[in-house]
Amino acid sequence: MDFKSRDIISIYDFSKAELLYILRTAKQMEEKPNPNLLKGKILATLFFEPSTRTRLSFTSAMEQLSGQVMGFSSSHVTSVEKGESLWDTIKMNEQYADVIAIRHPLEGSARLAAEAAKIPVINAGDGANQHPTQTLLDLYTIQKVKERLNGLHIGIVGDLKYGRTVHSLVVAMSHFEPTFYFISPQPLSMPESYLAELKDKKIRYFETAELSTAIPRLDVLYVTRIQKERFPDPLEYEKYKGVYKITKATLKDAKDSLKIMHPLPRVGEIDQEIDSTEHAVYFQQAGNGIPVRKALLGLILGAIK
Amino acid sequence: MPKSKKKAHKKETKNQVGKEAKAEMKESKEHKKQLSISAIVDGTVIDHIPTDATFKVVEILRLQNHNDIVSIATNLQSNTLGKKGIVKVANKFLTETEVNKIAVVAPDATVNIIKNYNVKQKIKVKVPQLIEDVIKCSNPVCITNSEKVKTKFYTVQNNPLRIKCHYCERIIKKEDINIV
Repeated sequence: MDFKSRDIISIYDFSKAELLYILRTAKQMEEKPNPNLLKGKILATLFFEPSTRTRLSFTSAMEQLSGQVMGFSSSHVTSVEKGESLWDTIKMNEQYADVIAIRHPLEGSARLAAEAAKIPVINAGDGANQHPTQTLLDLYTIQKVKERLNGLHIGIVGDLKYGRTVHSLVVAMSHFEPTFYFISPQPLSMPESYLAELKDKKIRYFETAELSTAIPRLDVLYVTRIQKERFPDPLEYEKYKGVYKITKATLKDAKDSLKIMHPLPRVGEIDQEIDSTEHAVYFQQAGNGIPVRKALLGLILGAIK
Repeated sequence: MPKSKKKAHKKETKNQVGKEAKAEMKESKEHKKQLSISAIVDGTVIDHIPTDATFKVVEILRLQNHNDIVSIATNLQSNTLGKKGIVKVANKFLTETEVNKIAVVAPDATVNIIKNYNVKQKIKVKVPQLIEDVIKCSNPVCITNSEKVKTKFYTVQNNPLRIKCHYCERIIKKEDINIV
């Protein structure tokens, strides 16, 4: 399977076989570190909106492979402030780097960046649309902690309307015959287009506002933050921000093997008392960003065949 | 002339005038009817356009820039659509690709290519798999609404029509479609 020069923009662009190939490569990267794999290569991290985890994870992955990183973490320090188009920003940066990781608040920006650039582009989040590297590390985590991807009962709780990690995860997991439980207040429920897609693929799903009814059936509970920055109306945000909170009491009917994931940062959705339980895998999940991003960088730069 | 004959003549004249006036009015109505759908020698006739999409068809085909006669009629009676629009373009022969662009707003339209008053070709409108530079993405935070870029949409479902933005991947229903 040849990934050289390929852009990583949307989880829709990958077949089941390709997803599994990336996960296998990530496992190899974790088991056999290859510290000089990307020596002499430069990653440009063009982050037009704030991010800690994703940017640092890309930086760490690149540096662990002896590559270098340049870029910015806010559009305020760039010529975008002067009115430069995204297209021009990309055309300029492709002169300086071998690969670009872009985060931008506008949806579809990464696809446009990939069309502008001759070098490969990785989408590190385009508004509420896609965040494929997060999805790949989510799959990697599920596979690692559950020792399989097929036939799992997956609960997703929180902001299902604006949460891009949720949308990508649902699309990716759809390859593996899951049963989904979408748990959210009605105004933040899963968009109709994703539900239509699941119906087309004959994938079972349930929608509920009650977390307690779904908990006993779940193998994985994916918790998301109600994202303030995605709400057009701050009052609406205030109404829903603390609606779900996972505590030990919430999990009293859960399977012992239930694993709780969260793309982080959490803002009170999961009580700290859960951190020390066997259920918690969210910090491990964040750490899994490293082997997955190493694998992707190695693959698209042609260093791994 | 005797008084009675004069009266009869007057009545006859009046009747005659009435008949002529009616005939004239009828002729005028026919004329008006003809005007709204007047024939073209050479060109393209697009019929069976949903009446509220008539001007969108003109926009999509950029007919406002056409240098010959363009006849546009809306709110015409139609058995199938209730009300319909017709657009006739003199001396322009639309290609199948051009015709398909209007399928988004007028999926049942019929397109006739006219040569010397005769229908030379009938083209059935078909929604293309890829729709380029016709539709404006209805997602306000789509990059295509901020950068200068030609929009691209993929048809995911024909009936009812649902399309997907190449950039933001948002699925758009027929009723939310806006023309560029």
